[in-house]
Amino acid sequence: MPSFDMNDNSVVVVIGSGAGGGTLANELCQKGVKVVLLEAGARQSSATFINDEWASFSQLAWLDTRTTSGNWRVAKDFSGLPAWICKTVGGTTTHWAGASLRFHPYEFKARTTYGEIKGANLLDWPLTLKELEPYYARAEDKMGVTRTHGIPGLPGNNNFKVMYAGATKLGYKECHTGRMAINSRPRAGRGSCLQLGFCFQGCKSGAKWSTLYTEIPKAEATGKLDLRPQSHVVKIEHNDAGKVTGVVYRDSKGAEQRQKARVVCVAGNSIETPRLLLLSASSKYPDGLANSSGQVGRNYMRHMTGSVYAVFKQEVHMYRGTTMAGIILDEGPNNPKRGFVGGYEMETLSLGLPFMVAFLNPGEWGADFGWAIDNYANMAGMWLVGEDMPRETNRVTLNTSVKDQWGNPVPNVHFDDHDNDIAMRNHAYKQGEAVYQAAGAVKTYRTPPYPSTHNLGTCRMSTKPGDGVCNKYGQTHDIKNLFISDGSQFTTGGAENPTLTIVTLAIRQAEYISGQMSKRAI
Amino acid sequence: MIPIIGTAPESGTCSEPGAVRKSDLPLTRREFLRGSGVLTGTLAASSVLATLAPSHTWAVELGTLSQAEGDALMKMGRTLYPSAKLQDAVYALLAKDLDADAAKSPDTLKTLRDGIAELDKSAGGSFANASAAKQLEVVKAMDGTPFFNAVRGKCITSLYNNEMAFATFGYEGAAYDKGGYIMRGFQDIKWLPDPPKSASPPTGR
Repeated sequence: MPSFDMNDNSVVVVIGSGAGGGTLANELCQKGVKVVLLEAGARQSSATFINDEWASFSQLAWLDTRTTSGNWRVAKDFSGLPAWICKTVGGTTTHWAGASLRFHPYEFKARTTYGEIKGANLLDWPLTLKELEPYYARAEDKMGVTRTHGIPGLPGNNNFKVMYAGATKLGYKECHTGRMAINSRPRAGRGSCLQLGFCFQGCKSGAKWSTLYTEIPKAEATGKLDLRPQSHVVKIEHNDAGKVTGVVYRDSKGAEQRQKARVVCVAGNSIETPRLLLLSASSKYPDGLANSSGQVGRNYMRHMTGSVYAVFKQEVHMYRGTTMAGIILDEGPNNPKRGFVGGYEMETLSLGLPFMVAFLNPGEWGADFGWAIDNYANMAGMWLVGEDMPRETNRVTLNTSVKDQWGNPVPNVHFDDHDNDIAMRNHAYKQGEAVYQAAGAVKTYRTPPYPSTHNLGTCRMSTKPGDGVCNKYGQTHDIKNLFISDGSQFTTGGAENPTLTIVTLAIRQAEYISGQMSKRAI
Repeated sequence: MIPIIGTAPESGTCSEPGAVRKSDLPLTRREFLRGSGVLTGTLAASSVLATLAPSHTWAVELGTLSQAEGDALMKMGRTLYPSAKLQDAVYALLAKDLDADAAKSPDTLKTLRDGIAELDKSAGGSFANASAAKQLEVVKAMDGTPFFNAVRGKCITSLYNNEMAFATFGYEGAAYDKGGYIMRGFQDIKWLPDPPKSASPPTGR
C-alpha cells in the first residue's frame, strides 16, 4: 500500500471507511484517483471477530463519550450511548445485519406525498428513484444482494419459520427471507453463509458483505489507496477563499498530523460527520463548515424502531442462523388510513442470551422478567423499522461541558419522538404481536428502541441551499470541494434499512467527483 | 504466598539505609483471612448443569466480603432475577463479581456493606433467612438507590454472561468453531410447517 505524502494536495481525503467512505474510496481508486482513507478505528478481520456479544461490543463499537437529551427512552436507559455503531475499519458494515431494500419512489418525495406534517421538517430529496436505479443495480451486484442478479434467497431459520407461520395465518402476502447482502452461494471470492447467528458481531465466514474485506482490499489492489487506521480526524481546514485544504487528525500514538487534500469527503456516520463540521468552525465559518443554512446536525433521524419478542410452548432457538433473514413487506407502503404517514418493515431479529437480558426491557427485574428469560429457548423475535419524521429540534450539537480524549466537545444527540413516530410504533407493536399470536405465542413483549443502529439526516441533501447542507451529489452547498458521503445525506429516512442506499449514493458520488476533478471544477 | 518486598536500591547516590520497608500488604494469615468468606452449595440433580459438571458441589471464594454478606447478595440476586432453572452456583458468581469490585474500590465496598446492612435491618434481622415475600418487599423499597443499581446492573453480566447460564437457558454460545448452525439445526423445529421454497429457498451447500 502506498503512503502518500502529508503535503500531497492532489489526494482525496475520505474520513470513515464504512458503507459510504469505504465504497467511495474504492470507486475513486478504480478511476485512478489517489485516496487517503482515514479511519478512527483499528483494523480487524474475520479471524479477529469474536462470537461473544459483550466482548465483540467492546471490540467494534464506537465508545467515545457521547451525551443525550430529549424525551426518547434511549436518553433514560442508555444516556451515554445514543447509537450502536462502529469504530473500526469497515465501520458499521462489520456490525450490520445485511438487509438491503431499495426506497419506494415516493419516499424521495416525502414532503409532496405526506403533505405538511406539523412539527416535522419534511422535504423532497433533490433526486428521484429513477435517477438512482442504475446505481442501485450496481450496488446490489457489488454487495451480492439475494433475490437480485440471479442470487437465490437464503434458507429460512427457525425464527423465520415462526414469522412465516404467523404472517400467513394473519393474512400477510409478502413474507420471505429477504433481500440480504449475505452470500447464499459462494460469490465474489467469499464463501456462503454458515448460519452462525453472530451477524452483529462481525461475520467470521465473510459471507456477509462488509467494506472491510471487499471494497478496501479491492482499493488496495489498485495501488491508489493509503488507508490509515487509528487516525481520528479532529478538524477540517480551509483557506481564505473558503475551500477546504486538508484535515488534522490524531494518529495511533495520539500525535497531531496534518494531511493536505484537493477534496475532502466526510463519512463518519451521522453523529461524527456533523460534529466534525461544527468542530471546524473558524472566523470565516463561525457556525461550522457548510452551515450557512443552520441545518448541520439538524433533522437527526433514527427510524421508528422497536422489537416484539414472543414465548411459545415449544423450542425455537432463534439465535441459530442469520440474525435478520426474514421480512414481512406488507406494512411498507404509505397508507395514512392506518393513522400515520410512511411505512414500516417487519424483520426477524434475534439477540443472544447476554443481550436479551440487557435489552428486552431495560431496567426491568422480578418474577415476570425471570419467567421470560427462563423461556429464552422458546422465543422468537422481530424488529420493526419504519420512517420517522425529520425535526429541526432533533439534532447533534457540541456539548461544551463534556470533552473527549482530545479535549474537544463531545456530541450531544437530542431526540423527541414525533406523534407520527409514536402512532406508527404502536401500530407496529400491535401487528407484530398479532403475527406471533397467530403462530401460537403464549406471551408477547414490546421492546423499546435500542441505541440507534440507523442514524441519518444530519447533513441533508436539498435543492435549495437554505433547506439543507448538500446537493444531489452530496457536495456541500457552501464549499465545492467538501462532500458528505454517508447517511447524513438522507433528506428523509424512508422505511428501509439505509446501507444499500448509502452504497448506491457513494457509487454515484465517486462518478461525480472524478468527473469534476477531470474538468478541474474541483 | 507472600510476595517479597523491598531491598536496598543499588544506586550509590541513594541515602536510604538499606533496611527492608514495612509493607501495607496483609502479610499475616489473620489479616489475609479477615473479611473473606466462602460460598458453597450443591447442584440440583435435575439441573442441566448436573449432567455437565465434574462435581455436584461447588465453592466460590470471596476475598473481601464475608460469607454472610455473600449470601445476602446471592439472595438479592435471586429476588431481582428469579428463575426456576438457574442454580445457586450462578448467583454465587454475582457475589464473587461484586466482591472483586469491592476489593478495588473502598467506595464500592462501603456502598455494598451499608446496603447489605440495610437489607438485614429492613428484613428484621437477616435478609438471607427472610421469606421470599419479605425479601421482595425489602428489595422493592430500595429500588433506585445506588446500592440497588450497583447490584442490579451487575446481575446483567454476572448471572447471564457465562457458560453455566448458557447451558441452563439453552443458548449455545459461540458458533464459528463448530461450523455454525448450517448442519446443527438452524431450521430444525417440527412443530411448524416448512415455508414454501419461494419464501425460504433450499440451502445452497
